Amino acid sequence: MSETTEQLSTFQAELRAWLEENCPQEMRDGRNDETTICWGGKNWNFTSDAQRTWLQRCVTKGYTVPTWPVEYGGAGLSRDEEKVFHAEMARINARYPLQSFGIWMLGPALLHFGTHEQKLHYLPPIARGEVRWCQGYSEPGAGSDLANVQTKCEDKGDHWLVNGQKIWTSYADKADWIFALVRTDKDAPKHKGISFVLINMETEGVSTRPIKLISGVSPFCETFFDDVKFPKEQVVGTVNRGWDVAKYLLTHEREMISAAGGSMGTGRPLGAVIADCETGETDPVLRGDAMRAEVDTLAVELTLERYKDQAEAGGSVGDASAMLKYMGTELNKRRLELLMAAGGSDALEWDDGRAPNWLRTKANSIEGGTSEVMLSILSKRVLGLPG
Amino acid sequence: MLADAARGFLDEAAPVSHLRRLRDEGQTEDKALWKAMADMGWAGILVPENAGGSDMGHAAACVLATEMGKTLASSPFISTAVIAATALRQVADERANAALAQIASGDVTYALAVDENAKFNPEATQLRGDREGNGFRLNGSKGFVVDGGDADRLLVLARTGEALTLFDLPADREGISREAKSMIDSRDAATVSFADVEATGEDVLGQVDQAMTVLKPAIEAGQAALAAEMAGVAAGAFGMTVEYLKERKQFGVPIGAFQALQHRAAHLWCECEVTASAILNAGRKLDEDPENARLAVSLAKARATDTVQLAVQEGVQMHGGIGMTDAFDMGFYMKRARVGAEWLGDYGYHANIVAQARGF
Ligand SMILES: Cc1cc2nc3c(=O)[nH]c(=O)nc-3n(C[C@H](O)[C@H](O)[C@H](O)COP(=O)(O)OP(=O)(O)OC[C@H]3O[C@@H](n4cnc5c(N)ncnc54)[C@H](O)[C@@H]3O)c2cc1C
Ligand SMILES: Cc1cc2nc3c(=O)[nH]c(=O)nc-3n(C[C@H](O)[C@H](O)[C@H](O)COP(=O)(O)OP(=O)(O)OC[C@H]3O[C@@H](n4cnc5c(N)ncnc54)[C@H](O)[C@@H]3O)c2cc1C
Repeated sequence: MSETTEQLSTFQAELRAWLEENCPQEMRDGRNDETTICWGGKNWNFTSDAQRTWLQRCVTKGYTVPTWPVEYGGAGLSRDEEKVFHAEMARINARYPLQSFGIWMLGPALLHFGTHEQKLHYLPPIARGEVRWCQGYSEPGAGSDLANVQTKCEDKGDHWLVNGQKIWTSYADKADWIFALVRTDKDAPKHKGISFVLINMETEGVSTRPIKLISGVSPFCETFFDDVKFPKEQVVGTVNRGWDVAKYLLTHEREMISAAGGSMGTGRPLGAVIADCETGETDPVLRGDAMRAEVDTLAVELTLERYKDQAEAGGSVGDASAMLKYMGTELNKRRLELLMAAGGSDALEWDDGRAPNWLRTKANSIEGGTSEVMLSILSKRVLGLPG
Repeated sequence: MLADAARGFLDEAAPVSHLRRLRDEGQTEDKALWKAMADMGWAGILVPENAGGSDMGHAAACVLATEMGKTLASSPFISTAVIAATALRQVADERANAALAQIASGDVTYALAVDENAKFNPEATQLRGDREGNGFRLNGSKGFVVDGGDADRLLVLARTGEALTLFDLPADREGISREAKSMIDSRDAATVSFADVEATGEDVLGQVDQAMTVLKPAIEAGQAALAAEMAGVAAGAFGMTVEYLKERKQFGVPIGAFQALQHRAAHLWCECEVTASAILNAGRKLDEDPENARLAVSLAKARATDTVQLAVQEGVQMHGGIGMTDAFDMGFYMKRARVGAEWLGDYGYHANIVAQARGF
């Protein structure tokens, strides 16, 4: 769908007016870090009234998931309108009203592979921030070699029965539901015996144990399934073809991770941030490194936009999402290294707040597929190199 | 599509072996090739249709430059069709339109004479244009005048008192002497000296003392096209390298099976993709909002400079011994990349502009 310039500017004017009226002042600080994100979910504690109000107002307009169809809780925006939406949000430095694995990962996968009933059932609660999802992919023996998942899922006629363990499940202890990869056929070749299933975390036999990260916080867990029963219809796509869903979802996850890297939350030029932290004269070496990082950041952001346009025009991002993920996350690590260097000894204190973010970025090039795995995907699928 | 058509022509008429032949013959210019490019509308790609051009815009010029970079096609495209045409378009009076028509037809070529020191810095111009009677007298010298040995005309930046003025002079004007330099990329670049060269008001392009009004857009257009050419050079070197990784066997397998090389090749591909975005953006910006293209252009030139350096270095390294030989083409890519990195501002020059535009 493509609208005229006139329609687009009408949309922009209305949106601007709506944002002006409805975005609480406290939500206009552009922050999107661990302490300010609104993740939603059944047990969500809003950090402020403003956060609650902002979410509720956006929900009424479908702005938590602006590109999703209206019937599933979105605003049905076209690609051009989406660009306007993000630009207008950025203009007033608005926080995202809601972020979640449901929005980034499960939503796109359901939109593509789900039945109409599944979409109607699962998507609107995600859009409204009522149900929080987590991702059960990795296992102790299945990290980069994800297709090696062993969690056993048996067909018991009128239900499924799951036994096994997941690891590194981000926010499993806070999530209401999990989307997981399980083995439904142990005799098939490893990619052909996996299914993509949806399990309520309150189901008997599901338990989690938090794991502490180097950044001091504990956003991920081990997740255990002991004789967990769940209904037959909670499979997305075809049984034993879950790998297709998993891969599709991963391309979205990778784009999301790289996008987060690109704008780095604050959306401010690196140099300005560095200048803030500096006490004395500009260090020419630091400035030089910041210049390089800024050049690369702007170019990576343009690349994200280019690929999104391509996807919108019907082309598939496909394997190139590995490039976006690799470049975006490696860059983000560089940026945070620079911020730490700019902060000097001030940044070494936990209370300063920079260190946790810096340490957290180290996971960017691991989660969702490591940098090395991304490079291997590219060398084989894009460059056609042997092996 | 323009790119496909250009590729077809260049593979045939100007592959790397063409540059090699020119070099071996001690030439830097192939008039017939430029004429053929002009006949396809390339010389007039930025010339208005009423002056005989194809007027396809900067994004299209960048597409052509990229394709030229892939085969290292040697032509005065950037100097003449991009820089001079953009400068003349800013003026667009009767004389300028006549000059544009001559560019489009391929009959007249230009070179930009700006640099005086080893680094690009137009503002530091010292060449003197002293007022005399109704005209000027030019004294001084320019170096690294790319395409300046063969060009018919020169755009010369001169200091007129406190300010700068741009002159459009025939290269054979009395008092101008040119010394073609033997360049690493086997292309044309000259040192041009000016000894009491007389110029009239007619020779001034744009307004006296206001060179930048005309020159700034011209230089930006040239930088974008050069960045695009460098992206093409990177793509050319990269393409050869990936092919070689598939062909060359050591230890009983294609060397492309070694992960140490696979990951470096994949990284290089990523760098090329990211740079391509910056170049598309620069071309588009020059077409749509040329007043505000400075950041986009410098971003493209900085990225392209970085990427092409990596591409040619990896190109030689991954070819092993053969990459070091003159008989093999990779060295030509490496040498052109080095020239492209310097011309119209190096990495630091452009990264600094980006940083300033971003507030630091
Ligand atoms: C903060 C964080 C949050 C996460 N959240 C989730 C989540 O919510 N849900 C979930 O399912 N998972 C999650 N993960 C797990 C993540 O997806 C895995 O850590 C990742 O896929 C890597 O697997 P691994 O840790 O087993 O490392 P390994 O696969 O053991 O890799 C170890 C090292 O070997 C390298 N390596 C492995 N194979 C190759 C190869 N073939 N060639 C070259 N190098 C190779 C890797 O690149 C890496 O450097 C999270 C991880 C982190 C750090
Ligand atoms: C200037 C010069 C002088 C020389 N002088 C001498 C001399 O005096 N005497 C002499 O005998 N030789 C000499 N050599 C040859 C030199 O030793 C070889 O070029 C070198 O060993 C590389 O071999 P190759 O050229 O066949 O490249 P290849 O072995 O084909 O290598 C091509 C690329 O693949 C990589 N590669 C190959 N195998 C692997 C692997 N298993 N894992 C990862 N990467 C791999 C290489 O690192 C290289 O990047 C000279 C070479 C040069 C350039």
